[in-house]
Amino acid sequence: MDQRTASDQQTAFSPIRLNTSSAGSQQSSVPATEGGATDTTASRSTAPSQGSPDDVVFDVKDVSVHYGSAPALVDVTLTIQRRKITAFIGPSGCGKSTFIRCFNRTNDLIPNARVQGRIDYHHQDLYAKDVDPVEVRRRIGMVFQKPNPFPKSIYDNLTFGPKVNRMKVDYDEVVETSLRRAALWDEVKGKLKENAYSLSGGQQQRLCIARALTVDPEVILMDEPCSALDPIATSHIEDLMRELEKDYTIIIVTHNMQQAARVSDRTAFFTAEVESENDDRRFGRLVEIGDTSMIFSNPSDRRTEDYISGRFG
Amino acid sequence: MAVSAPAPPREQPDRAFRAPVGDTVREKFTQLVLLLGTLAALAVLAILLIDIVLDGVGGLSLNFLTNYTSRFPEMTGIRAGITGTLSLMVLVALFTFPLGVGAALYLEEFAQRNRWTRLLETNINNLAGVPSIVYGLLGLSVFVFFLGFGRSLLTGALTLTALVLPVVIVASREALRAVPREIRDGGLALGATPLQVAFRQTLPAAIPSIMTGMILSLSRAIGETAPILVAGAVFSRRADNEPWNVSEAYTAIPIQIFDFVKRPQEEFQVGVASAAIIVLMTILLLMNSAAIIIRNRYARKI
Repeated sequence: MDQRTASDQQTAFSPIRLNTSSAGSQQSSVPATEGGATDTTASRSTAPSQGSPDDVVFDVKDVSVHYGSAPALVDVTLTIQRRKITAFIGPSGCGKSTFIRCFNRTNDLIPNARVQGRIDYHHQDLYAKDVDPVEVRRRIGMVFQKPNPFPKSIYDNLTFGPKVNRMKVDYDEVVETSLRRAALWDEVKGKLKENAYSLSGGQQQRLCIARALTVDPEVILMDEPCSALDPIATSHIEDLMRELEKDYTIIIVTHNMQQAARVSDRTAFFTAEVESENDDRRFGRLVEIGDTSMIFSNPSDRRTEDYISGRFG
Repeated sequence: MAVSAPAPPREQPDRAFRAPVGDTVREKFTQLVLLLGTLAALAVLAILLIDIVLDGVGGLSLNFLTNYTSRFPEMTGIRAGITGTLSLMVLVALFTFPLGVGAALYLEEFAQRNRWTRLLETNINNLAGVPSIVYGLLGLSVFVFFLGFGRSLLTGALTLTALVLPVVIVASREALRAVPREIRDGGLALGATPLQVAFRQTLPAAIPSIMTGMILSLSRAIGETAPILVAGAVFSRRADNEPWNVSEAYTAIPIQIFDFVKRPQEEFQVGVASAAIIVLMTILLLMNSAAIIIRNRYARKI
């Protein structure tokens, strides 16, 4: 139905879209860093999924985020794999939402937020000086906690992205394709000119997912996309994620462990730790990351086990 | 149905949910005092309106609207004032909208929060409270003399612009601030630049509230007498002046009312002045209604 052209479109993130980094160079092998998926604070890595090195979309090394002088997240090292759903779980305040915002440089928009460490997206440092965060956000889409359609028609919601990115596309086609992909077409095809606010919450969230698809991203970040939805709407979104996984790399932050278990291929567990005895500021750390089945059935870290068995959080 | 059901036990039946007597009295008394306050304000307004309508309605006629001023009360009219007021309104709107919305967009969407922008904000808020006559003096010294615009329509419009600009900026900023943060996030997440988000999402979403603020500010501007009186409005304009010529002398309805009241003849002081007030109030009411209609239509859409 839709020819994915993400790999053809791998261009540098500079404002002038240089075509220097061709698809070929991006597919070159990655140093095998998967073993270091957890940092030293985690006891040890669970057996990582044995994807080929090409499958690494994001290579995150020693990332810390501070808001002002307060650390929010410290020393996270992991990889995100292509066309997999990776779930970030953990108790409130563990920095998982902060972390997901690093992947499309949304933290740049928060005054005082400081991101240290390195995030490579297909071997390109996302935080390099010449990287344009606007271009990053076009290639790495995001869906938010609360459905946030624009107060405009459904149609206009879906053409905004292609318009601001000056994509030479047929808008009618983009609207239909993205709505079909988001499993919303049949429900709204007769009322594309109606205000998006007239949709139900679950439909609005699917519209937001469709909207993210209109600019043809490779990655979709979802920050607790179902937290404002009822169980039926949630299950729609989860089905949709499973479907989208075939073409997109998805990272999802969720409070809902069952959801992580249901939809994700890999799960990263974060926790909020007290810095030291005499300083009770909390900040997030990655405890472990691994195949979801492993994390839920046989976690290697005691804290993960306690959390998923409901002993805290 | 429940033939043999025993009566439910009643506990303390005498104290069932009654408020203490003192509370009830205090409640009613306070409400009464508040009601009287409201009625007093309304009564003053009503008396004023009735008085003006009774005095002025006889003077209203088509000639009154289309004639220029005359020495004779029965022949006088406020054509110059109406055209002047309308020209002022259009010019002030043209000047205020880009300046006010631009300043608001900058302060709300782009400016960094630092000492400099805080100083700017404080000053704008203070300017909104400066007495209007001060703006008249500003208009006289800056527009009439320094910039050499003379006592022209342009000077009057610029003076009134300076007067309402702070209010428009404050109202526009509130309107922009009321646009949910999520809408900006959604735009940015699609790879739109902050500028594109500001102009294509945030500003359009805020426009109805901004328009409401604009119209209310304009109706304040055209009701003002003191600033344009100081900045060179004339009492009556020659008939051969084009009302849209910005470099010519101008007058406005409040200025003409002031002129009528100052004249020695009783007919001018009461009948003609009241008739002019009715015209001015009608224009103001129409503008405020427009503001309310815009606000309601916007409220229904969301």
